Amino acid sequence: MYHTGNLVKELAEKHGRKRESLMPILQDIVKKYNYLTDESMVEVATELDISAAEVYGTASFYTFLDTQERGKNVIRVCKTITCSMKGKNDIISTIEDILKIRVGETTPDKMFTLLETNCIGWCHKAPAMLINDMPYTDLTPETVIDVIKGYMRK
Amino acid sequence: MDNKGLTKVDLIFESVDVRKVMTKAFEMTSEEIIQEILESGLKGRGGAGFPTGLKWKYTAAEKDPEKYIVCNADEGEPGTFKDREILDKVASKVYAGMAIAGKAMGARKGYIYLRGEYRFLLPQLFVELHKFHKMINEIGYDFSIEYRMGSGAYICGEESALFESIEGFRGEPRNKPPYPTVSGLFSKPTSINNVETLVTAVMIIEKGPQEYVKLGTKDSRGSKVFSISGDTPIPGIFELELGMTVQEFVNEFGDGDTKAVQVGGASGFCVPRKKFAETIIGFEGVPTGGSMKLFNSSRSMYNVLHNYLDFFTEESCGQCTPCRVGCQQLLKGVEKVKKGEAKSTYLNELVKLADTMKVASKCGLGQSVGNAFRSIVENFREEIIY
Repeated sequence: MYHTGNLVKELAEKHGRKRESLMPILQDIVKKYNYLTDESMVEVATELDISAAEVYGTASFYTFLDTQERGKNVIRVCKTITCSMKGKNDIISTIEDILKIRVGETTPDKMFTLLETNCIGWCHKAPAMLINDMPYTDLTPETVIDVIKGYMRK
Repeated sequence: MDNKGLTKVDLIFESVDVRKVMTKAFEMTSEEIIQEILESGLKGRGGAGFPTGLKWKYTAAEKDPEKYIVCNADEGEPGTFKDREILDKVASKVYAGMAIAGKAMGARKGYIYLRGEYRFLLPQLFVELHKFHKMINEIGYDFSIEYRMGSGAYICGEESALFESIEGFRGEPRNKPPYPTVSGLFSKPTSINNVETLVTAVMIIEKGPQEYVKLGTKDSRGSKVFSISGDTPIPGIFELELGMTVQEFVNEFGDGDTKAVQVGGASGFCVPRKKFAETIIGFEGVPTGGSMKLFNSSRSMYNVLHNYLDFFTEESCGQCTPCRVGCQQLLKGVEKVKKGEAKSTYLNELVKLADTMKVASKCGLGQSVGNAFRSIVENFREEIIY
């Protein structure tokens, strides 16, 4: 859980209070906190003067606008065909072993969430994954350990 | 057969003097720009292949003083990654294409809808955009570009879903007509073009349509950037002249054991080995937005089909029943046949369902699921059953 404080107001000042401002505002909240709380969506609705159901309806349509609690680092491993052919399952099981969680879960310290995602556009360097916004490609079980450990030290 | 063989081309990533092209276009009339694009025969590079010149012409013909040019950078088709490379390497050419399109049809504002998966590119893209705005202002253009981000929804690559998303709604496709050239973004006349299409237009203005039509075939003019992946020793991004056969493509990019090529991504067609020689990659054969996936004989085509259906089931927006329920039933159906819970003839029923989705679905997503389904089931039936 988090409290947005003045963030929603600041974002409304930055992006405007029109309906078209909704996506950029939600995206910026997710950028900062990695997911949307019910409270944050109600605040956005109040700020834009639309119903909270409209905000939730829009947010829940988009995979990257998570409405469930997520860790500080969201790992999304590509599961589409080329990554799947080139060893996606080994990458997933390696990450599951290091973080001691399964796909869809968040570590108890809220540092990592592990998810699968559809094609992220790195098929020529498969298997690939995103951690937050950053892509990691040509993964092997060895290199993925280094990447995750790097985030653990941050 | 109008067969051109396999030729590598360098138009898209070629470095050009963008200021010079922008100055040249600034001195042309709207009609002259549109005429050159029409003469080039350029068709949209996102996959659907609508003639670009016509799109600009129709938008230009609308009287509304407020119009938009939108760059579709929501590259989500499995196996496509060329637009990322284009934006990464030659963003100023994408911006130039938008400004030229804007001049041609009387739009002063452009939007680039970039998929959320490519957000890491933004800082560098903003730097380029700042420089570009400064440069075109000096030339005299009254035009500016803004970025809008996607958030992980494949369907937002569909033009009207993309407009909905920019407007702040769920990315659910609209009914057509009206088409975007009449009523698009914010219900204003809009031309929406793929990243590569816009860059190609810049090269046509720079070199002239006469040069451009020397490349490609009658139905597929020019060259195309291909995203090549799967079982190939040289995966990556290659610009090739249009008009080659799948066989010629496989000779260059295959690993010697290619049994099938999926042309056009999950919504495209699967070409089996026996049809390599007769199938042309282009609008006269198998069209593609650039995605080329090679599969060798170690791969199960059941797994490929299952992966695609799983993809569509997740990415269907759920708005219309044929697509929402159809995707789920196709997925469950092939699982049943594979497990022996349904007879192999059940596949015929599923093909009928896929055909129904083609005519009954509201947008291109549901309409194209049958492409991959039919071509995989028909050519690799035994792999689905056993």
